[in-house]
Amino acid sequence: MQASDQTPTALMLAIPALLGLALFILLPFLTALALAFTDLRLGSPLPVELVGLEQFRRIFSDADFLRALANNLLFAAVVVPLQTALALALALLLNQRLRGTVVFRTLFFMPVVFPMSLVAVIWTLIYAPGPNGMMNALLTLLSFGYWEAHDFLRDPVLALPAIMLLSIWQGSGFQMVILLAGLQSIPQELYEGAAMDGAGRRQQLFHITLPQLRNPLIFVMLVTTILAFRLFDQVQIMTRGGPDNATTTVMYETVEAVFTRQQVARACAMAVVFFLLVLAITWLQRRLVRQQREVT
Amino acid sequence: MKSTTRALTQLLLYSALTLLALLFLAPLMIMLIGSLKADARVLVEAGTLSAFLPAEASLQNYADVFRRSDFLRFFLNSVFITGAIVTSGLLVNSLAAYAFARLQWRGRDLLFNLVLALMILPFEAIAVPLFYGVSMLGLRDTYLAQILPFIANAFSIYLFYSFFIGLPKAFEEAARIDGAGTLRIFFTIILPNSKPVFASVAILSFLTWWGSYLWPLMVTIGPSVRPLPVAIAGFFTLPPLLWGDILAFGTMMVAPVLVVFIMFQRWFVRGVAASAIKG
Repeated sequence: MQASDQTPTALMLAIPALLGLALFILLPFLTALALAFTDLRLGSPLPVELVGLEQFRRIFSDADFLRALANNLLFAAVVVPLQTALALALALLLNQRLRGTVVFRTLFFMPVVFPMSLVAVIWTLIYAPGPNGMMNALLTLLSFGYWEAHDFLRDPVLALPAIMLLSIWQGSGFQMVILLAGLQSIPQELYEGAAMDGAGRRQQLFHITLPQLRNPLIFVMLVTTILAFRLFDQVQIMTRGGPDNATTTVMYETVEAVFTRQQVARACAMAVVFFLLVLAITWLQRRLVRQQREVT
Repeated sequence: MKSTTRALTQLLLYSALTLLALLFLAPLMIMLIGSLKADARVLVEAGTLSAFLPAEASLQNYADVFRRSDFLRFFLNSVFITGAIVTSGLLVNSLAAYAFARLQWRGRDLLFNLVLALMILPFEAIAVPLFYGVSMLGLRDTYLAQILPFIANAFSIYLFYSFFIGLPKAFEEAARIDGAGTLRIFFTIILPNSKPVFASVAILSFLTWWGSYLWPLMVTIGPSVRPLPVAIAGFFTLPPLLWGDILAFGTMMVAPVLVVFIMFQRWFVRGVAASAIKG
């Protein structure tokens, strides 16, 4: 085959996708970067002016936005380890030589096909206030009657944990599948060799399984961390950021800025902060994965 | 002795799996069974075991959903929007990936690196300026605004690219010597040999867009082009609060997807596992 220049054909094939990416991802992103330094408001008659870092100064002195940022961080700090541990436990259980694991795998993965808005609606019923509420009744039963009924979604302390729980329910199946694929790609010889050397199950877990699973684990934690910063649907449907900003998030504040106050520029500044966070998390993950490659 | 420990271990494993399965299944059962009950009884019985017993089951709530909301319209909106994104996305992104994986052209590597860089941009970071643009163009409350921006997808291109690069070149070269053009090669040789990656991309983008909430919430105004996820949130806040109806709405919304998922669960699992190969 001659190494001819296939530029015209290639452009024909690639142009629709490249045009789409340029118009609907790159352009809006650059627009967000630019608008973040202006004072643009939707429908405002005043001319748009450049205001430098004013929007960033404002959002970082805005108590609501800082609370949102803290909520996202707290959400990530709790959900990422818990959800990863649960997904790992599920994957390890399913990786045993047992009959019927496909049925269990299907059940654990099932919540993933539920749209988050539907999950939020169902769990609002589960969190119904009063002793008749399902979660209240369950906790009363488990605590032998010591639990007093709470209105989870209107309780400043319990609202965020309540949202965390349903997010874990919906998301752990996704992670489980990725970790299970990782487990199944660990060479069997490693375990056979270890067994011959007299390593017990616990030793095999800590010296073979977990080190071999390092990259899938890092990937899964990265994805969950980014999801934690994207948190929006559940909050918008269940609590609207309340009570007293207990469940507000960066995305919720961003959408609020646009819709209730028409502050496009301010929302763009928030989006830029959000992007920088995601960038930092991704960079951290790449570094962690690379380190491991250098070691092996 | 040894077989007793083995049996005991198995019993323990099955108990753990069953307990977890019940926890995962409970919200689904609550929805399904609640949807068959009289509205007033759903909340009253929620804290008792009756939540899982559909005494005096009826389909009244389902009839009420159709009476109180435009369910069919929302459902078809969702099917149309998601279907359009997934099918055109498969075509557009696989063609671009093929150009990156197999053709020699100027600017290829630079552009491909740019595509890879775009993968880390989450939609949330561009939602506001995109919304601003859509509003300026007067495209709010249209199907177009819900479909067009999501067809080209950097991650889909990357998944296709990784698959195509691993295909043996021999068939394509033979076809090229026989005089077949690039498009012909793509459709007659690459496509039939790439079913797994097409299935993975289709499933991943289906899951993303079928449940998408933020964007349709921002751009739709009335019910005419509204998809299911936004519709159920609206139905949920529509007074009076009738839990039986809400759960019937939810059941109808998720049932078709659950059926497809159970039929093709192997493909779903494979598709999701494939999403992790990056990095």
